[in-house]
Amino acid sequence: MKWFRSSSSESQKTATAGAGQKLTRRSSGLGELYRHLGSQSGLCILDLGSTSASNIRLFAELGHKIYSEDLLIASSDPGIMTQDAEGKPQVDVRRYLAENLVYEGAQFDCVLCWNLPDYLEESLVKPVIDRLWSMMKPGGMLLVFFHTKDAGPDAPCYRYHIIGNDSLAMTPITAHPELSRRPGRFVKGFRLQRVFNNRHIETLFRDFTSIKFFLARDTIREVLVIR
Amino acid sequence: MPENTAEVAHIGKSVVIRGELSGSEDLYLDGEVEGTIELKSNSLTIGPNGRVKAGINAKAVKVEGRVEGNIVGSERVELRSTAVVVGDIVTRRIVLQEGASFRGSVEQQSDGAQAAAK
Repeated sequence: MKWFRSSSSESQKTATAGAGQKLTRRSSGLGELYRHLGSQSGLCILDLGSTSASNIRLFAELGHKIYSEDLLIASSDPGIMTQDAEGKPQVDVRRYLAENLVYEGAQFDCVLCWNLPDYLEESLVKPVIDRLWSMMKPGGMLLVFFHTKDAGPDAPCYRYHIIGNDSLAMTPITAHPELSRRPGRFVKGFRLQRVFNNRHIETLFRDFTSIKFFLARDTIREVLVIR
Repeated sequence: MPENTAEVAHIGKSVVIRGELSGSEDLYLDGEVEGTIELKSNSLTIGPNGRVKAGINAKAVKVEGRVEGNIVGSERVELRSTAVVVGDIVTRRIVLQEGASFRGSVEQQSDGAQAAAK
């Protein structure tokens, strides 16, 4: 395990006239990932965040094959809910994994998880990470963000847009109009489920070769994991 | 609606087609299609009410509605902010508006690859 001090990884609020506030963030994890990607082309990249047009354009123009799949939206599908023996609702993990993260033959060089584990249903986190491990090439990189402090369940979940080699723009996620029209769909936003400490994170990624933590001055811990 | 309806074939939102849809003129599709769409030398616009479950092969594809299927746009594929697309896209030029929902892969072909394919 390696520890890095990120010198400038802090959120900055930038005013965007007429459109509320737009957040930007320096990302040391992205910077390191970008240095790795920059020297290659034709890589397979999986973006698991809410669809970002700018990310898709960026990677496509760099000559990579970009895959996009919104796992959070998928986790809010009422179709994956079932009941336990006591009649309490629970997620059908097997069905979720049968319907999501299914890429026959694809092996990814890079996976962008963003803040997915913090907002994903508890029972899905480990199975999703295990599935990602099986879908990545040896040496492939996975970037993921975690809260360092409990910011409360209403801590905003963001869509991340890459705007520079080590810079991100963040916009709070709202459901797509098409999805919000469906009954039972989550329409407002996603709730922060938990806060992982370092030991939890190491356990979560124990099958991977290495983990780098990037400490920031804000409440986000960036983690770059190598398969 | 397309900019110039006089030169574009139009399929309205109450029309349902199952099977192969092909042609040699530009098409504005606001209805429902299940099968395949082949407009290799022409443009396809899927309107906001359009519902497509089909593989699409066209010169240019603009999506404002919903598509489940792979899209090949030899020149350009554009997903507008209202688009919901589940499928893989292969094209030379991709345009995505923020707000579009997309699940699948995007492979951008170079001009050289396009020429070789022809």
